[in-house]
Amino acid sequence: MRYIRDSLSQIFGNKPRRPSKAEQPPELLEIYQGKKGNLSKADVEAVRHEHHTGCCNKWQRRRWITLILVNVLFVVSYYFDVQLLEGALTASRFVGFHMADLNSALQVALAYKHIVLNLVIGTATVFIMWLLLGGRTFCSWVCPYHLLAEWAEYLHLWLVKKKLIKNHTFNRKVRGVFYVIFALLALISGYTVFETISPTGILSRALIYGPGVALIWVGALLLFEVFYSRRAWCRYVCPIGVTYGVVGVLSPLRVKYNAEACHHEGDCRKICMVPHVLDLTVRGAAHDVNQDVGADCTRCGMCVDVCPTGSLVYEFKGLSKLL
Amino acid sequence: MSDMTTKKSQAKRPLSPKRKEQSRREFLRSSVLTVGVVGVSLLGIIPVVQGTSIRLRPPGAIKTPFDEQEFFASCIKCGQCVQVCPVNAIKLADLEDGFGIGVPYIDARTQACDFSCDGLQCVLACPTGALTHHLDYPADTRMGFARLARPRACLAVQGKGFKGQARGPDYEGLLRYDEVDRWNPISVADHPYDLELCDLCVRQCPIEIRITQCAEKAKQAEASGDSGKIARVAEQHGNECPPKHAIVLEPFELPNGETRMKPVVKEGCVGCGVCEMICPVESAAIVIDLDKTTDTLGG
Repeated sequence: MRYIRDSLSQIFGNKPRRPSKAEQPPELLEIYQGKKGNLSKADVEAVRHEHHTGCCNKWQRRRWITLILVNVLFVVSYYFDVQLLEGALTASRFVGFHMADLNSALQVALAYKHIVLNLVIGTATVFIMWLLLGGRTFCSWVCPYHLLAEWAEYLHLWLVKKKLIKNHTFNRKVRGVFYVIFALLALISGYTVFETISPTGILSRALIYGPGVALIWVGALLLFEVFYSRRAWCRYVCPIGVTYGVVGVLSPLRVKYNAEACHHEGDCRKICMVPHVLDLTVRGAAHDVNQDVGADCTRCGMCVDVCPTGSLVYEFKGLSKLL
Repeated sequence: MSDMTTKKSQAKRPLSPKRKEQSRREFLRSSVLTVGVVGVSLLGIIPVVQGTSIRLRPPGAIKTPFDEQEFFASCIKCGQCVQVCPVNAIKLADLEDGFGIGVPYIDARTQACDFSCDGLQCVLACPTGALTHHLDYPADTRMGFARLARPRACLAVQGKGFKGQARGPDYEGLLRYDEVDRWNPISVADHPYDLELCDLCVRQCPIEIRITQCAEKAKQAEASGDSGKIARVAEQHGNECPPKHAIVLEPFELPNGETRMKPVVKEGCVGCGVCEMICPVESAAIVIDLDKTTDTLGG
């Protein structure tokens, strides 16, 4: 229950709640106590070095391959007319079976105020699929804008490091405000207003049906993210992420945090695209020895890759023991 | 609102002046972001209000002549209709159509819908019903209505014939010529004509072609005395006989008493745009009116 409550609260922009000492189990407090001053910088470096000599960016590589494959499948299906994955990311048919993006379907339902059976089938399919695979997994494993924004983010971080620009943050609650505004706009105006500026839809269509003027808007967004605010669209605006995040609350696929192995050096928070979900890795911030990262997490796996001690791992609830 | 949040957090733990300033700036920035992004998205209404987003839509599009609101609302902008069209007639609108971004349209002059799909696959492919499923045959659709816009430019009106490729050798449009290939559309440039009197708009009209085929079948059926069976065959092909003519060449008298022919658009016109596409005159003598359909003609 706490996972659900805290996840929803984070999705809508609240800061993760820090537990008081009384709320934390004694084992956890013991772990925190035991680590105080025990690790020298050299120890941390040694572990880090050991980790990095092994594998690196395993999940990032898998994620990029998946993301590119899904989008290429759309393109190839149309280009060679093989009818594997027809349509675009807003709505499609996978081997003839209807699928509809949850947020696009919601926008259409609100604007049109009438839902046909095919859309119900498509929405239900995707709902169940993302219930199993994890809500915001869509963001980092499927959304083409995500990949471009990820590269823009590297550029942004490099510019910040060179002290050429400064990052400007927004209040995270603004994403919830956008969500409500776009839902209301669809309902009142009767137009799917968000679709006009959705870089996910624009990019997906541009890849499949050829580029157009709309790419200028996507370019403008990327420039904004490179020069002004790190990852602004995904963090502060996109209602697609909110829709999937809410579904993801019930998803069994999560990233699990283990406080015992953690060194609290903060590598994971530095690379995380939604760093508030990793606040629990701060010393004294976890609720339990093992705790799942909130549903606003996009399950990109960069923290799993970067964590030198393996205290962050993927977990599929109920299946981990079998696997 | 910023005052409220500041007060609330102050009650918990007093913020340092630096933090307070940061959260004030964050709030201001967020407000500007909200207004900016929502403002940009609302700019999409401009082409809709100005009417520049109105275009020829695929068969079955739910719209009334001057109002495409319902169509824009119901379309999920996925392009599945684009993917099934055998002549690639359907395109997706770009950002300049505002709220109409990603919505399918047909540019008849470039490539019209010739119903070579037989089964209205675009309608079947639509996941949201933006192309209404209450449409069984091409003749049921209401896309627009043809109009002889430039009668003087019309070759038939001038009494001229036509020889050669209808739109020149470089034209890339496709049409299905039943006599060439029942299933696959071919390039119009690969099918030259030699006509004593130009009647391309009538000759290539999909509705007229179907009516002719039905008439031939009926004649055959009458000869063999088996009319019921033939009707069912026509239905199986998903192209039931159109009930009304769409376009015919009719004689008219010039002031000097000479008789000429001109294409006259009839009630059965569905506005598919093939006449506009095939018209060899540059620019087309016959065009599709979007604000008219047989349902709105009146009378």
